[in-house]
Amino acid sequence: MTDPTAPPCAPQFETAQQQRQSSLLGMWIFLSTETLLFGGAILCYAIYRMQHPAAFIAAGRHTLLLAGTINTAILLLSSYLVARAVHHIEAGSRAAVTRLLGFAAALAVVFLTIKGFEYTHEIHDGLFPGPAFHIEGDDPHAQQMFFVLYFTLTALHAVHVAIGALTLAVCAWKVHHANDPQRLATMVDLAGLYWHFVDIIWVFLFPLFYLLGRSS
Amino acid sequence: MSLSKQHLLTFVALLVLLAITVAAACLPIGPCQLPLALLISTAKAALIILIFMRLPSASSIARLAFAAGFLWLLILTALSLSDYLTRN
Repeated sequence: MTDPTAPPCAPQFETAQQQRQSSLLGMWIFLSTETLLFGGAILCYAIYRMQHPAAFIAAGRHTLLLAGTINTAILLLSSYLVARAVHHIEAGSRAAVTRLLGFAAALAVVFLTIKGFEYTHEIHDGLFPGPAFHIEGDDPHAQQMFFVLYFTLTALHAVHVAIGALTLAVCAWKVHHANDPQRLATMVDLAGLYWHFVDIIWVFLFPLFYLLGRSS
Repeated sequence: MSLSKQHLLTFVALLVLLAITVAAACLPIGPCQLPLALLISTAKAALIILIFMRLPSASSIARLAFAAGFLWLLILTALSLSDYLTRN
């Protein structure tokens, strides 16, 4: 039954193809759970915004639009580079994959740096929820809720970015030192799927927190 | 079209959609803001899922697993909103 010329696979699988499909299925299932994690939090945002539309628009003006836009572009670029890396790993080009994944990981660090700058600025302006929170305009309590959601969701996302950056860096390192890079194709594919998903989350968070109240 | 070209065009399209969404947010179109922004975000997400994540080439069970997440999210959303929207 077993074909001696077929690529090797772990003992519980019949073929390497089945092993690869299982790995990918595992990641897609995990991303499903992440959809529920962020989806639930975004639903919370939706309900509060529905109940306090004016307060959310007023509060939304205080986020840094330029920083958010640059960060979105950075994540989109990193996703492009990771997609290219997945393409190249299947062809076994060690140098290209190492460069692409390394650069994507570096972009992730830039994202986190800009996020840190934003947080510092916002905390300094008294926008961090708690006793030091102060803001002008009506309904400061609902405006504070906007910032509770802003800090919670963007921090949760930032943790995912940090994990992704580490994962991409480790992948780059492993590919660089591998004797046969092509065998790491599934690993790079899995890391890529996770990273694209992190990008998708941000694509939804961006308009919710940065594009409120900009037309006046 | 080669895969390299597909990837590049997708990336360019994503940047264009980003520019459009920011520009639209600065226009005084009032209540259309949110649905438009969400529509553009969905378009971006669709491009990333279909082309970068290669969902169409994944096994049917993997596609089912991913779709299931949205199904449960829909249940969560429907039941939550049915509460909040029917309060006085």
